Amino acid sequence: MNILQIIIFTIVKILIVVTIILLAVTYLVYFERKISAWAQNRIGPNRVGWHGALQSFADVLKLLLKEDIVPDAANKPIHTLAPIIALFVSFTTYAVIPFGPNINVFGFSVPLVVADVNIGILYVLALTSLGVYAITLAGWSSGSKYSLLGGIRSSAQMISYEISMGFSIGGVLLLSQSLRPVEIVQAQSGWMWNAILQPVGFITFLVSAFAETNRLPFDLPEAEPELVGGYHTEYSSMKFAGFFLAEYANMFIASALIVTLYLGGWQFPYLDHFGLSNGWFAVISVITFAIKVAALLFFFIWVRWSIPRFRYDQLMNLGWKVMFPLSLLNIIWVAVLIMVFKL
Amino acid sequence: MALKRRKKDLTFLEKIYIPEIAKGLALTFKNMLKPKFTMQYPEEKFIPPPSYRGRPVLVMEENGLERCVACGLCSRVCPPLAIEVQAAETDREKERYPIKFEINMLRCIFCGLCEEVCPEEAIVMSKDYELAFTNRKDALYGKDKLLTPVKQLQDRINFLRNYK
Repeated sequence: MNILQIIIFTIVKILIVVTIILLAVTYLVYFERKISAWAQNRIGPNRVGWHGALQSFADVLKLLLKEDIVPDAANKPIHTLAPIIALFVSFTTYAVIPFGPNINVFGFSVPLVVADVNIGILYVLALTSLGVYAITLAGWSSGSKYSLLGGIRSSAQMISYEISMGFSIGGVLLLSQSLRPVEIVQAQSGWMWNAILQPVGFITFLVSAFAETNRLPFDLPEAEPELVGGYHTEYSSMKFAGFFLAEYANMFIASALIVTLYLGGWQFPYLDHFGLSNGWFAVISVITFAIKVAALLFFFIWVRWSIPRFRYDQLMNLGWKVMFPLSLLNIIWVAVLIMVFKL
Repeated sequence: MALKRRKKDLTFLEKIYIPEIAKGLALTFKNMLKPKFTMQYPEEKFIPPPSYRGRPVLVMEENGLERCVACGLCSRVCPPLAIEVQAAETDREKERYPIKFEINMLRCIFCGLCEEVCPEEAIVMSKDYELAFTNRKDALYGKDKLLTPVKQLQDRINFLRNYK
């Protein structure tokens, strides 16, 4: 492949991925409402479109038509920049996550990942840490005490959980001996899923992912009963929608990342032994990936409507005194696995 | 019932959260499969029990005349002064009747005092709760809107006779 072909394929892949993320996010909002309704013995949105399927589009349209209110006390450039950072971070992170095996298109072998970078995991960690800036800046630039409190909480929370997240990833990296997401997926062939080999690491990563995406039970930055709306109190119209979409896109990316790191990525266990043609192999792999991500997303939403919010001191205790030691323990466990079983 | 003493310390299982979280998740999942309570309003309508206090209406006898004798007690007792009655005389056995009976539905607070005070069982609360107006004039309910055949109100009248 020459450079031009690579660029064309990459642009096509970017378009496909962005479209899928945007669609997934709008339907996540819809399913969030539906699942919350089911958990509370209600029906949920069912008026706009078939079973309410167009509800989120109607909501976005409404937000677009609303007045964009910027408070007088706000730092206007940063107030505008914050939702852009949030969206930028959540859409760019997906670039390194593989969603299928290599496929043959017009005689070229194309990997189903936007950018097959050899430091992919570092890239993900760097960008997700950047996500804190969006929330903190939004809180600070709004010129409102509730927003500021939300922003500060968010930075404290993200820093605390970034550590256990990083250390849990350490266990995965030890086993796969690579920072390249494609190789991490390949290292989990068959039932050698990292979630099975290192359950403690899986749980610490899962909990940290909840904290990183600001989902309940760790949604302290927005905590409606205490902080009005937290960091997005002073936002309206499409800027608010930016944060809203970013939150759901983050959820999607967190699920995709968990699937990649711990649940075998796009691999269906022992699919290569079934003797399928290349095309069918790719199709089943992509569907497997989609199902795994969808299951995790359902879990995210399900947890939100089941578990109450943590108190701030409980959150910090859990982060520093429980998650951090557990993730260290997980690294030792993985080292023992490697030494004893020669994995 | 004996008071249950609260344990000071949580047990280890409670401290690690996971079993408790699993319990909570199981509960919400069970509820997802249960039948729904939602009433799909414009298609399905709520039919209130006879104790429901909806829009106050005037009882119309089978001969098409109102029971009301225009004594004005309801108008007197009405806390937000929503009722206006003007009496007139006729040659019928009941000598008085209201020539004008108007309830301002923007004022009405559905307290039911008019019904309680009425000596003739002439004004009762109906089951009608769909009260929306697009302007203030529409909210003035005259005799044409208030008179309701006694058959439709039998439920409420029986309820009043039993429990008032």
